[in-house]
Amino acid sequence: MLYEVFIRSQHGVAHKHVGSLHAPDAEIAMNNARDIFTRRNEGISIWVVPSEAITASAPGDKQPLFDPAQTKVYRHPGFFKVPPEVKNI
Amino acid sequence: MTAPFEFCLRLGDTDLILSQRLGEWCGHGPVLEEDLALANVALDLLGQARLWLTLAGEREGCGRSEDQLAYLRDAGAFRNLLLVEQPNGDYAHTMTRQFFFDAWHLPLLETLGSSSDAAIAAIAAKASREAAYHLRRSRDWIIRLGDGTEESHRRMETAIAALWPLTGEMFAADAVDSSVIDLEALRPRWQSEIESTFAHATLAVPSDAWMQHGGKQGVHTEKLGTLLAEMQFLQRAYPGAQW
Repeated sequence: MLYEVFIRSQHGVAHKHVGSLHAPDAEIAMNNARDIFTRRNEGISIWVVPSEAITASAPGDKQPLFDPAQTKVYRHPGFFKVPPEVKNI
Repeated sequence: MTAPFEFCLRLGDTDLILSQRLGEWCGHGPVLEEDLALANVALDLLGQARLWLTLAGEREGCGRSEDQLAYLRDAGAFRNLLLVEQPNGDYAHTMTRQFFFDAWHLPLLETLGSSSDAAIAAIAAKASREAAYHLRRSRDWIIRLGDGTEESHRRMETAIAALWPLTGEMFAADAVDSSVIDLEALRPRWQSEIESTFAHATLAVPSDAWMQHGGKQGVHTEKLGTLLAEMQFLQRAYPGAQW
């Protein structure tokens, strides 16, 4: 069974997808994830998720899902004047 | 009390030989993930072997380095447990050998971690973190293979029957062992680990049987010779070779 592996590199950071692996069940997947992805101090937390639990967008859906954004400039917050007193936005 | 040369040598040789056996799987693992995992465990044990053998060389006081001890001794001078020199067999065999060893190795290292010998305590404390993970891995596999298919269960029973007589040596102390640690005191924890894991795995714990000894005194099976021939080839063919 295929598992997707997510690792959190430090506190306060989101888990990030690092790859996938084969394992007969979740516990072994956790062991394998440790051996394959965390032998060099990469993280402090591991998630393993069965790949089949993920619903992915199909390449054919590219247009309806992503293209409309290109033509609608008002969706990008580039029109707002930032007051000079406001820092770090 | 300061642990003698002979005691450090036993720990170093046992780690070294098991590491070499696990290394034989490299490129042959049943799946890529297991191939990596076995190589990782082998590397952990190799690292521990280097520390023990270096310490052994110091305690001996004849100027022998870890390399000289690893590569320039013959089978009769090795002091590893008979269990770890056993050939890999199938995966059930490899994991059973590993589980019997790990279940002993962890309590051993934890006990040595509070040794009054500072060098022994430092190496053991470092190694026990790795050993804890090794045990978790081999335990998980024993449960899955034992409580898996009819065939995996049968193969586990075959492996247990073959390796069980080699487990007694882990607790059989002579004067060398007794000067550093009470090996018999490790047995209850080992036994309860075996019993609870085998219960999960639907496997029977063998009743007491005849136990084979000799590895720690240098009396080995013929299998160690072929292992050493491969492991020591480079250093024997090109004496003093360095990477």
